[in-house]
Amino acid sequence: MNKTVNQKAWFLVLPVLLLVAFSAVIPLMTVVNYSVQDTFGNNQFFWAGLSWFDDMLHSDRMWNALGRQMLFSAIILAIEVPLGIFVALNMPKKGVWSSFCLVVMSLPLLIPWNVVGTIWQIFGRVDIGLLGYTLDALGIDYNYTQNTLDAWVTVIIMDVWHWTSLVALLAYAGLRSIPDAYYQAAKIDQASRWAVFRYIELPKMAGVLMIAILLRFMDSFMIYTEPFVLTGGGPGNATTFLSIDLVKMALGQFDLGPAAAFSLMYFLVIMAISWVFYTVMTTLDKRDGK
Amino acid sequence: MAKITLDNLAHSYLPNPQSEEEFALKELNHDWVDGEAYALLGASGCGKSTLLNIISGLLIPSQGRVLFDGRDVTTSPTAERNIAQVFQFPVVYDTMSVRENLAFPLKNRGMDAAEIKRRVQKVAAMIDMEAQLDHKARGLTADAKQKISLGRGMVREDVNALLFDEPLTVIDPHMKWELRTQLKKLHQDFGHTMIYVTHDQTEALTFADKVVVMYDGRVVQIGTPQELFERPAHTFVGYFIGSPGMNLFDAEVDGSSARVGDTVIPLDGHFITAGHTQLGVRPEFVRLTSGEEGIPASIKRVEDVGRHKIIRLDVAGREVNAVAAEGEAIAADATRIVFAPEGINVYADDWRIAPRGTSA
Repeated sequence: MNKTVNQKAWFLVLPVLLLVAFSAVIPLMTVVNYSVQDTFGNNQFFWAGLSWFDDMLHSDRMWNALGRQMLFSAIILAIEVPLGIFVALNMPKKGVWSSFCLVVMSLPLLIPWNVVGTIWQIFGRVDIGLLGYTLDALGIDYNYTQNTLDAWVTVIIMDVWHWTSLVALLAYAGLRSIPDAYYQAAKIDQASRWAVFRYIELPKMAGVLMIAILLRFMDSFMIYTEPFVLTGGGPGNATTFLSIDLVKMALGQFDLGPAAAFSLMYFLVIMAISWVFYTVMTTLDKRDGK
Repeated sequence: MAKITLDNLAHSYLPNPQSEEEFALKELNHDWVDGEAYALLGASGCGKSTLLNIISGLLIPSQGRVLFDGRDVTTSPTAERNIAQVFQFPVVYDTMSVRENLAFPLKNRGMDAAEIKRRVQKVAAMIDMEAQLDHKARGLTADAKQKISLGRGMVREDVNALLFDEPLTVIDPHMKWELRTQLKKLHQDFGHTMIYVTHDQTEALTFADKVVVMYDGRVVQIGTPQELFERPAHTFVGYFIGSPGMNLFDAEVDGSSARVGDTVIPLDGHFITAGHTQLGVRPEFVRLTSGEEGIPASIKRVEDVGRHKIIRLDVAGREVNAVAAEGEAIAADATRIVFAPEGINVYADDWRIAPRGTSA
């Protein structure tokens, strides 16, 4: 079949191009612009080449923040994914209670980040917070503003509280899509509970779990508001994750050049990881579809 | 292997069934003789799968008992009953290879590796999948998957019964015939009790020694294919089995003759009836005539289906079918139909009436 050639059709793409340009490309380019220039004030900039990138790559501060970030994401994934699956497996399959569970589980997801931070900030306070006060009264030495471990534990519990529901709801959706015949066949085959999970439920959930892991990874990797409100990145720099550090650098110290280089590298890391996830997911899909 | 007894069995999916209508499976007493092949035949939604799931233990009946060789297993879990069941839609374990799939039910029962290997090989040959044994089950076609499901049922040689819930629905016609032959062979080799649910009469009649016909949650007739054909116990059996199904005529029966419209038809025996009376005559026993006797009918069309011809007739506004042999000429001036007396069954309120002095 001959294709009709009509160059005017390009005009149809124009609105999208414009939108994307204004919403993404141009803002990103200003960051690129800052990342290759230096200034001594008075709004005078001069060319700095790739020196900011070089600086950042050799900066302990950035590597430490990246290390903390990786550790944080790894820990919350290691907790939220198994916990979410466990919750989904134990939710009622149908009836009023299943709707009730779904609503209750969705609640944390609807609370604004800020508010979550504030809730836990107060909840954990030793003087007036229910959690902090109770722990203190029990004789447990707990203080998230002073102790690094306490701060980490609190931030992690807060994230688990806020986001496990998401994993659970996705896993639940995956489980509900398994036809009854699979469970019946498994009974006939005398499969153990573990075998049912391993060979029926887990493979059927694989798709939604990949999405859950991707979402939770990206979100935790970019986390800012909740730990910022809760600990402000402290004590010291103990809970200063990448975003918090970036904001400190860009707005606190007004080091625009290094901050711009930092953000671009941050962006590249996220892109690279997303690409890996995307590739894995599409290969899985292809394997399924074959 | 075992004799399976259903004692006063009934099931409703509602917690407190009030009327008989609310029972998906109406009260039923039946012995499934050890080693026979049964087909459970009926239209969709008539309770076939419910009955099957009760036997396999996936469903606990609302009333009655299920006995295996006299042992009450009504509330026993599936595992204790040692039953194999194959479902309508293929169930395979995606992440396993074909070989692992077939070995799975044996492995779960802790059988030793050499024996598992032997049986898997044997079953793979039966379902013609030896070449694909090491493929992943994911990505196979629907009929390959269903063959694996069948294979998982057949791999266990010591089962009490093999249950099939419309297993060949998704398989293409050629393979259907072959698998059915394999199942029959399996039955002959091992003598398992087999219950085969289907809504396809050809499948039922070719597979089974005995066919159980269900209608609206009730077993209406259990018999050999020949019995079902010659003496349908219920008008549904007459209509459902046979192609085309049995013709029914409203009639007044008086002793040994019946009146359909203005025509008096002699009957083969003496009948006493009450209620809504009908004559059932299979198309094979309807003959066209140009004489003065018989019920007036006009030919609408003739369909040649190969081995015989189906004649579609109009009798007082209702469609009636007749079957003529391939070579048989159809008289153009035929205006009446007559019935072979041995082919007439009498029904009162849909149930067959036996002539007096006989039992069946």
